[in-house]
Amino acid sequence: MKKRELKVSAINNGTVIDHIRPGNAFKVIKILHLDNYKDTITITSNVPSGVTGRKDIVKVENRALSPEEVSSIALVSPEATVNIIKDYEVIEKGNINLPETIYNIIACTNPLCITNHEDVPTVFNVERTNPLVLRCQYCERKMTEKDIIKVMG
Amino acid sequence: MLHDIISIRDFEKKDIEEILFTAKKMEQYVDNGTTLAKGKILSMLFFEPSTRTMMSFQSAMERLGGSVIGFSDTSTTSVKKGETLIDTVSTMDQYSDVMVIRNPLEGSARLAAEVAEIPVINAGDGTNQHPTQTLLDLYTIKKEFGSIDGLKIAMVGDLKYGRTVHSLAYALSMYNVELVLVSPRELRMPEDITEHLKDTIPYIEIVALEDLPKVDLVYVTRIQKERFGDPNEYERTKNTYRIDKNSIKLLGNAKIMHPLPRVSEIAREVDTSPNAIYFKQARNGIPVRMALIATLLEVLP
Ligand SMILES: [Zn+2]
Repeated sequence: MKKRELKVSAINNGTVIDHIRPGNAFKVIKILHLDNYKDTITITSNVPSGVTGRKDIVKVENRALSPEEVSSIALVSPEATVNIIKDYEVIEKGNINLPETIYNIIACTNPLCITNHEDVPTVFNVERTNPLVLRCQYCERKMTEKDIIKVMG
Repeated sequence: MLHDIISIRDFEKKDIEEILFTAKKMEQYVDNGTTLAKGKILSMLFFEPSTRTMMSFQSAMERLGGSVIGFSDTSTTSVKKGETLIDTVSTMDQYSDVMVIRNPLEGSARLAAEVAEIPVINAGDGTNQHPTQTLLDLYTIKKEFGSIDGLKIAMVGDLKYGRTVHSLAYALSMYNVELVLVSPRELRMPEDITEHLKDTIPYIEIVALEDLPKVDLVYVTRIQKERFGDPNEYERTKNTYRIDKNSIKLLGNAKIMHPLPRVSEIAREVDTSPNAIYFKQARNGIPVRMALIATLLEVLP
């Protein structure tokens, strides 16, 4: 038990995103635009977990990300939790809630959608959460969970 | 009232009713014109040709006393030189008071409305939306029957790719109507629409025109050759749903609508039957588009 705790919280300052669906850690980093982050990011994959069987964990050092800031990762991991760490202590902990609109995070699956032809951000409105259904604000096509995973690569 | 006319999904029933009411008021100006929109300019950005739709908007604006500028052939414009949609729209935004856009890319009209300060009307964005067609369809139904509520309406033909029937079905779901969807299995109404219908109004799906129950109205759609891999399959389907002097007997007294242009879904001999109202329907595009333009320009009498 002690060992596992160590794995999760062993950063000095920053954010630990826990309970990510196994295999989705890189998608989470992509969604948060942390691909070019200057400080350390640690990814732990396939950690045994009582909740979902297995999970991924992402630790971002020296940056506090609020649950609101990371809410869009619910697209690929609705069960994820966010822990903000200061001096090795969890000072804030929260679940994430998918926002009503998903702004400029995923591409539209419709090749004839204007967002795939003009340099404009994509906007999706969340129509349903379980199962997840988004609708493109432009072409009005539906995107399902399967489509989302596909466009995330 | 809405600032732009982009998608039937933006409309509430009261918005539709307001347009239909205004269209009726516009009827008095259809023959002799008016000066309500004098000094106003409508710009038409047709990135793909559609002569019928374009002339209908032009006629409506000129009846209102306004004038029209624009293009319907992008080969002679800066669009050909690689100008973005956003830049073309921003320019026309400076030259006119209301804009009509047709572009094969889906969502293009929504983007244009975000960029332009003047009101934007969607005259077709690919297979997505063509809201002025839907509004003129609704106006035709209301004018013919006095009320949309209480009607039983059949939609016949290609219900999968026909955007006209998608929007019309969506709009009709705001009324107290029953729908009968008649199509070959491979051209059924998409699930996205039927799921919405399940939550809103009663409907049934049938394959054979022979099984059509008694309805008030039959909305016939074009069956397009390019939707079929097998040309024989196209010929067979086309003939199955063709309305001619024999198959019209299956429709009883039901009125027949069609968004036009038709290919061969309705035989010429049907044109003179009392059932046929599709030419009236096309004419109704004028008062409806006059109503939309005058409302957006805020020049209502
Ligand atoms: Zn789209």
